[in-house]
Amino acid sequence: MADTAIPEGLLGADPDLNDVEALNVRVLTPFQMAWRRYWHHKGAAIATIIMTMLLIIVIFAPLTARYGINEQVLKIQEGNNVYLSPRSIAWMGTDEIGRDIYSRLIWGVRTSLFIGVTSAILSVIIGTTVGAIAGLRGGVFDDLMMRVTDIFLAFPFLVLVIVVRAALGNLPWLTAIIGDISSIRFLIVLFAIFGWMGVARLVRGQVLSLKEREFIEASRAVGASNTRIVLSHLLPNSIGPILVALTLSVAGSIIGESTLSFFGLGPQPGTNSTSLGLLVELSSSGAKQGNWWLVAFPCGALVLLVVCINFIGDGLRDAVDAKLDTGK
Amino acid sequence: MPSWIQVSEMTDPLLCLKDFAVSFRTPNGDVQAVRGVDISVAAGEMVGIVGESGSGKSVTFLGVLGLLPKSARITGSATVEGLELVGASNRTMRTVRGKKIAMIFQDPLSALNPVYRVGYQVAEMIQAHQQVSKSEALTRSVELLDIVGIPQPKVRARQYPHEFSGGMRQRVMIAMAIANDPEVLIADEPTTALDVTVQAQILEVVQRIQREMNKAVVMITHDLGVIARVADRVQVMYAGRVVERASVNDLFAAPTHPYTVGLLNSLPRVGQERLQPIPGRPPNMLRPPQGCAFRARCPHAAPVCAEKLPELQPHANSMTACVRINEIDVAEMSGITA
Amino acid sequence: MNAKSTPSSDAPVLEVTNLVKHFSVSGSKGIRKTRATVHAVSDVSFTVGAGQTVGLVGESGSGKTTVGRSVLRLTEPTSGSIKFKGQEIVGMKRGDLRKMRREMQIVFQDPQASLDPRLTVGSAVSEPLRIQRVPGKHSERVAELLELVGLAPDHARRFPHEFSGGQRQRIGIARALALNPSLIVLDEPVSALDVSIQGAVVNLLDDLQDRLGISYLFIAHDLSVVRHISDVMAVMYLGKLMEVGPAETIYTQPSHPYTQALLSAVPEPDPTTERTRQRILLQGDVPSPINPPSGCRFRTRCPIAKDLCAMEEPALIDRGAGHPVACHFPTTNLAEIVGAAAV
Repeated sequence: MADTAIPEGLLGADPDLNDVEALNVRVLTPFQMAWRRYWHHKGAAIATIIMTMLLIIVIFAPLTARYGINEQVLKIQEGNNVYLSPRSIAWMGTDEIGRDIYSRLIWGVRTSLFIGVTSAILSVIIGTTVGAIAGLRGGVFDDLMMRVTDIFLAFPFLVLVIVVRAALGNLPWLTAIIGDISSIRFLIVLFAIFGWMGVARLVRGQVLSLKEREFIEASRAVGASNTRIVLSHLLPNSIGPILVALTLSVAGSIIGESTLSFFGLGPQPGTNSTSLGLLVELSSSGAKQGNWWLVAFPCGALVLLVVCINFIGDGLRDAVDAKLDTGK
Repeated sequence: MPSWIQVSEMTDPLLCLKDFAVSFRTPNGDVQAVRGVDISVAAGEMVGIVGESGSGKSVTFLGVLGLLPKSARITGSATVEGLELVGASNRTMRTVRGKKIAMIFQDPLSALNPVYRVGYQVAEMIQAHQQVSKSEALTRSVELLDIVGIPQPKVRARQYPHEFSGGMRQRVMIAMAIANDPEVLIADEPTTALDVTVQAQILEVVQRIQREMNKAVVMITHDLGVIARVADRVQVMYAGRVVERASVNDLFAAPTHPYTVGLLNSLPRVGQERLQPIPGRPPNMLRPPQGCAFRARCPHAAPVCAEKLPELQPHANSMTACVRINEIDVAEMSGITA
Repeated sequence: MNAKSTPSSDAPVLEVTNLVKHFSVSGSKGIRKTRATVHAVSDVSFTVGAGQTVGLVGESGSGKTTVGRSVLRLTEPTSGSIKFKGQEIVGMKRGDLRKMRREMQIVFQDPQASLDPRLTVGSAVSEPLRIQRVPGKHSERVAELLELVGLAPDHARRFPHEFSGGQRQRIGIARALALNPSLIVLDEPVSALDVSIQGAVVNLLDDLQDRLGISYLFIAHDLSVVRHISDVMAVMYLGKLMEVGPAETIYTQPSHPYTQALLSAVPEPDPTTERTRQRILLQGDVPSPINPPSGCRFRTRCPIAKDLCAMEEPALIDRGAGHPVACHFPTTNLAEIVGAAAV
């Protein structure tokens, strides 16, 4: 967008009561301008459409899925239903016990999205709070928080997650609150624990750059408390990076869950649930026999999901460009 | 003989803009930043370009040097020593920038690279256009720092930009600008970001260089005091056009355009009860008004002013773009209160 | 307005005594960590009377902006006393300070940065009312304030980016007026505006002062504007006051060499006088406030500095000029200084 940057001062503001020439320029709120910029991003636009369709399919799962999560495509008596290739009764084939991949995919995406979104929201809430306080307060608290995030960020994500998972999972009092080690709840909390740091950094950076701005000082001059400044001024002006962090967090969690499941550390199969990662994991044995549909569709779905989310993140980044402040 | 004719006829203009126009393409339409200006500068003279925001004064010369974003569309002609710059290839422009025309920017801080020593940066400028060895370039750069009045140039050449104050940095910028002995110097608001006492020093440096090295200098500013101090001739710009062209004495003693009058009147004067700003605002260049762009704020506006874009015409010793100049007493701005 | 050369006879609205503000900065020299003190404001005292305008001028490093912000306690003073309407502000508890904040407000330089881009104009102007929990319907007050500054009430629904720089400054002024303050600190309020529009905002400030009796602390570097609007002018250099007196006198008969240099450096819009006038060209740059010169801070650039100036810091007292000057050898003779500078 830098190519179209116009030198300052060339666009006079809207005419006021004194001007002879009335210029008919539509008045836009900052939100409307951001909306426009978002849809201008082709990738984000297409990705949003795809994601919306996906979401509709996934939310209305009982209707859109053709079979139950553990339901077999055909009754045993009716014929072989194991490792069927894609055909009319099973659009994406069946797995080793005859379950429809297509339906399981829908259920799986549903779970994965749920995990991704929830843990992302949790991360963002924690991260924003910490980042905002650290940025505003500065001093010891800031130093402490930043060192903590540094430590966490220094370890390879997956290694840390596996270790911490094992450690936390063995604490009975903890599992009582957040759920069993192999439950979805546990996983969500786990990702939230590791996801907030990036958001905190981001928000802290935003707060640091904003807090010396004069409109913040003006509020202080009137007697606004720190809380008020954070809630009414700093956060609304940081929505941009926060949104972007949110989308990236979702994508990260989905990939994280898939990876954990692949290693058998994710939500366990059986109990009427499944996830994308599980689907991929379970497919590994069957795939070796040449049943390509077991791998292709789940992996394809995973890739599609993550790519779409990333594009949406890109679009959001464009939408909340710093030019939002200049309003030119 | 009018002074402005004298100067430009005595020496061939080094830099000559004819009907120079710049517009920017935006999603909302075309912003016509510069709408046809004629400016010429001869060797040894300082031409002041006065204007406020939206006048297009900086955009004009950024356009001449090809320093505008890709969304800019440039038409008309701009020649330096006869070489046409509008539509010139990148290669041609690279031989022009720094060598034939050099620019001094407003903010020296951002124009200097903080990780390189100052002497090295000046030497880099030299080596970009001249075939000299590194040590020769460095020696020359120390000489240049001395010319612009930096004390202990040899020591300071080895320092980094952050060790220099604002005024000193601006001197470094000037040194870089004259490093390759360009014929034309364009100073874009070189003193606006500086303290007033430092501003005086910088203006003295620029003026000294202009005189001693016989350079053609364009001084872009919004400060009429600066114009009064250093300019020989003045072009007043408003809404992308030149509205008045005069010698510096004539401009202040007998302005011939209502905008110039308004500008002079808006400066605080002794014993004034209230200041006299020009009411209203510069027009939106997305859709500039028909005819004279100043008529919305002009106390002498009449229907004839809306008819067509006024061209510069001679009046007394100056040139003015006011079609009603012969009918009105341009100095009469009373009745305007803000 | 400019005729007032004597301070108001009522009790002063603002009394600043021995204000000091030091900033601690840490840097590194190689591996070692260095600690330095920026002496931003060193022992500044002045008063602002009711309905009076005090113009504070100085260049970068003078400390004038820090003074303005310290007065409002946006920056905590290191030491000194600030009395607002007789009440000591330094050391005041949060709760009491909050109440005082109704009475003193600030208008900033940058019209773009001083308004939250996400809030409507109406929200921005009414924010002080909400923060101070002023009862009643705010929309009426907002409309009143907007009209007071020359804007239309329905502008309240719009966003800052739809307005020009001059209009945004007016919005900033409207916001500052919301709580009916007795003192407004104006930090370079017109510097970012076009010259031909500055007058409108200055006239507005004049009118508001006439109507509402507000006092102003007008901080600026543009001497001609300050001269127009101020009753009293105070010249600062490197954290100290050099000269304080009636604006007209300071402008026409400055006694301090720095004031003389400052005034002679300002370009006048008149080519004949501008090119023939005598001018003091100061050498070098403003020294760093981290290591201010001993004795008189201006002595390193002062054309008429003598030995005494390095040894003893001149006090800010009346030395015959009728107003306080901080110089051992004050003189209104410009030629003398120019002569010394040319050597």
